[in-house]
Amino acid sequence: MRQIAFYGKGGIGKSTTSQNTLASMAEQGQRIMIVGCDPKADSTRLMLHSKAQTSVLQLAAELGAVEDVELDQVLQEGYRGVKCVESGGPEPGVGCAGRGIITAINFLEEEGAYEDLDFVSYDVLGDVVCGGFAMPIREGKAQEIYIVVSGEMMAMYAANNIARGVLKYAQSGGVRLGGLICNSRNTDREVELIEALANKLNTQMIHFVPRDNVVQHAELRRMTVNEYAPDSKQADEYAQLADKIINNKKLTVPTPITMDELEELMVDFGILDSDEKYQEALAAEEKVVAVV
Amino acid sequence: MTTVEDRKDLISEVLEAYPAKGKKRRSKHLGVKEEAASDCGVKSNKKSVPGVMTTRGCAYAGAKGVVWGPVKDMIHLSHGPVGCGYYSWSGRRNYYVGTTGVDTFGTMQFTSDFQERDIVFGGDKKLAKIIDELETLFPLSQGTTIESECPVGLIGDDIEAVAKLKAKETGKPVVPVRCEGFRGVSQSLGHHIANDTVRDWVLPKADDYRKLPEGFEPGPYDVNIVGDYNIGGDAWPSRKLMEDMGLRVLSQFSGDGSFNEVVMAPLSKLNLIHCYRSMNYICRFMEEKYGIGWLEYNFFGPSEIAKSLRKIAAQFDETIQAKAEEVIAANQARMDSIIAKYRPRLEGKTVMMMVGGLRPRHVIPAFRDLGMKVIGTGYEFGHADDYKRTADYVDNGTLIYDDVSGYEFEEFAKQLNPDLIAAGIKEKYVFQKMALPFRQMHSWDYSGPYHGYEGFEVFARDMDLAINNPTWSLIKAPWTE
Repeated sequence: MRQIAFYGKGGIGKSTTSQNTLASMAEQGQRIMIVGCDPKADSTRLMLHSKAQTSVLQLAAELGAVEDVELDQVLQEGYRGVKCVESGGPEPGVGCAGRGIITAINFLEEEGAYEDLDFVSYDVLGDVVCGGFAMPIREGKAQEIYIVVSGEMMAMYAANNIARGVLKYAQSGGVRLGGLICNSRNTDREVELIEALANKLNTQMIHFVPRDNVVQHAELRRMTVNEYAPDSKQADEYAQLADKIINNKKLTVPTPITMDELEELMVDFGILDSDEKYQEALAAEEKVVAVV
Repeated sequence: MTTVEDRKDLISEVLEAYPAKGKKRRSKHLGVKEEAASDCGVKSNKKSVPGVMTTRGCAYAGAKGVVWGPVKDMIHLSHGPVGCGYYSWSGRRNYYVGTTGVDTFGTMQFTSDFQERDIVFGGDKKLAKIIDELETLFPLSQGTTIESECPVGLIGDDIEAVAKLKAKETGKPVVPVRCEGFRGVSQSLGHHIANDTVRDWVLPKADDYRKLPEGFEPGPYDVNIVGDYNIGGDAWPSRKLMEDMGLRVLSQFSGDGSFNEVVMAPLSKLNLIHCYRSMNYICRFMEEKYGIGWLEYNFFGPSEIAKSLRKIAAQFDETIQAKAEEVIAANQARMDSIIAKYRPRLEGKTVMMMVGGLRPRHVIPAFRDLGMKVIGTGYEFGHADDYKRTADYVDNGTLIYDDVSGYEFEEFAKQLNPDLIAAGIKEKYVFQKMALPFRQMHSWDYSGPYHGYEGFEVFARDMDLAINNPTWSLIKAPWTE
C-alpha cells in the first residue's frame, strides 16, 4: 500500500485534481481510499455525488466521543469503488482544526481502515500552518507528497513552504516529494516556470494539467471528468497523470529555497520586477509628485 | 572571615556543579545580605533554568488557587481538561464559614472536563451550558469566575463573549480569567491577571452588584483586609485585631470573603494589605481610581503585631491610637508567657526558609521573638520589590536564594546545618530524610492560624514540636554516618 498526499495553496484545485486523478487510477484497477483532511469536508464530493458526507469529527461530536464512532458510519464507497472518509472539523473561527485531523487519522488507524488498499490519498487544506496539518506527512503516514501549484506567485510561495514541511519530516520520518502538479492558470511561460521551480526544489513537474472548462462542467454535476466525459481530452490528461503517479520512481528529499531565491526566479520569468526596477518606478513616482 | 564572605564562598562552591551557562544564570539569583545594602543582591522573576527543579506554580495556580479561589460564595470554574482543577482542589486550606454546596463552594471542585471534541470544536458552547447548569444547581452562588487552562488559550476560545452573555442572562458577575498556565514565569503573573479581572470585570460594575447591609452608612474607620487568604484561619485573628482597635472591616479580600465584600471594597478608607505580592496591583488601582490609600502590615509575632498596629493606628485619629495601645497592652502578659515558655527551648536555633508571597520576610520577626535566627531565605516567585523589602527584615550575612533549585537548597542545608527548614510539601520529605526538622510554611502543615496574637501561640507551639521532637535524635543523615 502506498500513502500519498495532495498539498497546495488554498483554492488551487487540490480536491478537484486529486479526485479526477484518483478516479483514473481506480479505472486502472487500483484500490483507493481518500481521506479528506479539510474542515470543509469537500474532498470526496465528486466521488460520492453528494454535497458532503458525514465526517468523523461531526459524528464524534454528536455521539460524544470519537470512541463511539464506528468505521462504517463514516466510510462510504464512491465512484469506481473508491473508499471515502472525511475528517471534518470545526466551523471557521473556533476550536482547533489541526487537532481534529490528528484525532480523525488516529481513529482510522485504530479502526483498521487501511486494509486491502493499494493507495491511501490525503487531501489537506491550504498551507501547513501547524502541527495538525502536517499529521498526514509524519512517520507512518503519507510517504509521497504531490504539490498542486500554478504559475502564480502565491501558489509557488505556498509550494515552497510545503516543501519545507516535507523536508522537516523527510529527516525524521521517511516522507518524500513526488512532484509538482501544475494545474494551469494560463499564466505566461507557466510550464518553464514550474519546471524551473521543480528543478530548484530537487523534484519534477510530474504533469502539466491544462485548463479546460469540462472540469467545471463535471464538477457542477458532482462528477469527475473520468465519469462525466470519459472520452474528452481532459480525461486523458488525468489518465496520464494517474499513470505517472502509479509508476513514479522519482521520490526525493526536497531542497526548499529562500524567499530571495524564489523572488529571483520570479524576476527571471517576469512575474516580479527586479529591485532596481522597483526603485526606479518609485523614484519616477516621487518625481511626478514633486513636480505636482 | 566574616559571615558574608563565608556565605559567598558557599555560593561559589555550590555553583561549581553547574555547566558554565547554568552557573552564570543561577549565580545572579543567589546572594548574601550585606551591610548597608538596600536590597538582597539577587535577580528575580526570571524564567527558571531548564534542568533544575523549581517549586514554582503557573498563572492558573496564582489566579485560581490564590486570588479568586477563596471568594467563597462564587463558583470558580477550572476551564479545560480535568487535571488542573483536580490537583488544585482544596489544597490551600482557605477556611470559610458557610454551608458548602448551598451558599458557599470553597471545598468543591468545578471543571469543564475538556475532551478531544472540545479542543477540536471549541469549548464555548460547553462553557455556556455549564454556567446554565450551575445556575440551576446552585442558585445561591453569587457569580462565576472562569479560570482558563492552557488549551483554551491555544485554540482561542472566546470566553469573554460567553462571560458577557451569561452575566447578562443571570444578572450575576461572570468573570473570564485568562490565566493559561504557559503565560509568565510563575504563578505571580496569575495573581496580576486575576487582579486585573477585578479591575476590568468587577469594580466598574461594583455599584450595580453591591448589596449594602441594611442601614449602612460609610464610616471614618472603614478598612479592607486585602491579601489574607485565611489559611488555617489566619484572617480571623487578624480581623479581630482590626476590630479591637476600633476599625470596621468592610471586606476580606479574599480569605473567607464573599463577592459582596469585593464590591464593598471601594467604599473603604484604607486598604490594609498583607500579601503584597499577590494583591498590590488592585490596591494601586483603587488608590488611583478611588483615592483609597494602602498600607502593608505584618501580623506574625508580637513585635511585628505591635509595630503594625501602631502603624495602622497612625493613619487614624487618637481614639484608634489609644485603642491600639490598649490591644497591645492587653495581650502583653499572654505574649510574655508564651515567650517565657518556648524561648528557652528555641533560643539560638537557626532556620532556613523558602516560601512564596510574603512569608520569606514576614515570618522572620516571629522566629526572632522566639530567639531563633533565620540564616537563609528566598522566594519561589518574588520580584525585585519583594527582595528590597526583605533587606529590612534580614540580618547581614543571611543567605538569599531566589527560585532555589532542589540541588542548591539541599547543598546549602548540608553546609549550614540549620535546626529547622521551613518550606513546602515538595521539600518536606527530602529534608526530613536528612534528619532535619521541617515545617510546611504554605499550609502551616495542617495547623494554624499563625496570624495575630492567637496565631503566635500556635506558631510557637508548632516550632517547638518540630525542633524538639525526640525523633530527630534517633535519625542520622546518611552523610554523617
